[in-house]
Amino acid sequence: MSSESDRVDVSVQTKKAPDTPSVKSHPNTCPRCGSHYRDEELEQSLRVCPQCGHHFPVGARERIEQLADPGSFAEEDAELRSADPLTFFDLRPYAERLAEAEIATGLGDAIVCGSATIEDEGCRLSVMDFSFMGGSMGSVVGEKFARACDSAAEGGVPLVSVSASGGARMQEGILALMQLPKTVCAIEELHESGGALFSVLTHPTTGGVLASFASLGDVVLAEPGALMSFAGPRVVAQTTREKLPDDFGLAESNYRYGHVDGIVSRAELRPTLSRLLRLFKEQ
Amino acid sequence: MRLRERLSKLAGMKLLRGTRLSGELERLQDQLERLQAEPSEEEIWRSVELARHQERPYTLDYVERILDDFFELHGDRGRADDPAIVAGLGKLGERTVVLLGHQKGRDLKERTARNFGMAYPEGYRKAMRAMALADRHGFPLVTMVDTPGAYPGVAAEQHGQGGAIARSQAAMVRLKVPTVACVIGEGGSGGAVAIAVADRVLMQEHAIYSVISPEGCAAILWRDAGEARKAAAAFKPDAAHCLELGVVDAIVPEPEGGAHTDPDAAAKLLQQAILEALDEISSLEPDDRRRRRREKYRLMGVLTSA
Repeated sequence: MSSESDRVDVSVQTKKAPDTPSVKSHPNTCPRCGSHYRDEELEQSLRVCPQCGHHFPVGARERIEQLADPGSFAEEDAELRSADPLTFFDLRPYAERLAEAEIATGLGDAIVCGSATIEDEGCRLSVMDFSFMGGSMGSVVGEKFARACDSAAEGGVPLVSVSASGGARMQEGILALMQLPKTVCAIEELHESGGALFSVLTHPTTGGVLASFASLGDVVLAEPGALMSFAGPRVVAQTTREKLPDDFGLAESNYRYGHVDGIVSRAELRPTLSRLLRLFKEQ
Repeated sequence: MRLRERLSKLAGMKLLRGTRLSGELERLQDQLERLQAEPSEEEIWRSVELARHQERPYTLDYVERILDDFFELHGDRGRADDPAIVAGLGKLGERTVVLLGHQKGRDLKERTARNFGMAYPEGYRKAMRAMALADRHGFPLVTMVDTPGAYPGVAAEQHGQGGAIARSQAAMVRLKVPTVACVIGEGGSGGAVAIAVADRVLMQEHAIYSVISPEGCAAILWRDAGEARKAAAAFKPDAAHCLELGVVDAIVPEPEGGAHTDPDAAAKLLQQAILEALDEISSLEPDDRRRRRREKYRLMGVLTSA
């Protein structure tokens, strides 16, 4: 009898996956190869792991520093903020989450836009920041992106968009969904004015942002290893109960299936964009 | 702009701008009467249930009641024919129109075949092909929206789900012909808005239109899909709130108890609303109509300044 109850005990223990210790690894530790870096080392390497080439996330301000000529960036529409149209409340009020995100990131919302030059070629830059509420798109992201399209059209220069987003911002309900057609309308007008959009997808660009402006670039580029899927891997696995391919939704898979023009490593991004800016320059 | 603001602005301008504006004023006032009482949590949840009701009329149920001589178009001309989206030509009164919409299945077999109204990229490419046909021949476009969402699957991603949804919206923004979209059941997220960017967006009284499903929202924000009711009350996917927020242009009434209690009557009400919308927008110059369509979407959202 006692041996049987022992066996039951053991089977229960093996059936239950052991809880992985919820100690978050340090943000400067490479999740792929485990190498650890000081912050200035990562900054120097454009936040790419010198050991294995893993691309760490980059915030909007740092991304702009990486891409734009020094001192050339002039921010536009920095004052826009979300107005919490639904007075949304889940476990905490949306207004509180917004205030907290602003304090934590120093940003007004998940996108920073403005004019810049890249290797002396003029452009508008629109850069998302995943650390502000998962880079989610609400009224402010939609409006700022749309205004960046207008600004690019007025200036007669291309718009360079760098996206990093989990999708539409649930806390703004249906108005968040309406930012999809809003950004699409702005791109149409940019295109009709003869302007160009270069879309750079970084990890991760999913949901509503992938299903609107990020996919509509005249040229679409992605960083190595960036997840770019409409539905996230967990949702797909739960819905279909399929085993997902190892490279599910990644830039490399999207490139193979014809959804991306090129996969560009971070060190190559600035020269690649300046090449495109020169190619699209009016004669 | 919110409906109430638009209304007070219009009311103030009435004397300056004559009869056309007062026509719009009347229409808005009429719609506003539906908004007098803020829907309660129970009423919102009832709409969620009615929008998903097993017997709710689907796109083809309306097609057979609203259109004459419907000729169905199949295939995306690239890879497949996605049965989760139907498209075709038919007569709406005197007009030939192109109609396309999500299609759910009635019994288990059809439901599976139609993938519960969840389209693959091939479905959106079929939709875009039908839109191009409408524009080429000057046929107005009518769309019917009824999907839990675009299908989240491995092949759907490989075939470019996100890009297909983006391009379908871009195609609708580009159309020169009059366009009317009707949310007739579940307006589920990107998969819904992909075919809902139109001059006039109508929404049935008990349809829902939302950025995420109540269950999905509850699972993420409440960490419990069982809190779907609370989530729905928080993000307000009901028709009254969509009208209030300026996301839809009109609410189409349903028979007492919901569209499924009397599909014929529901179809009649929907047909009348589509015809009114088409009459209104058909008189506009194509370029002007398209400009207004874009302006409408460019104004969506609520912002403030720091």
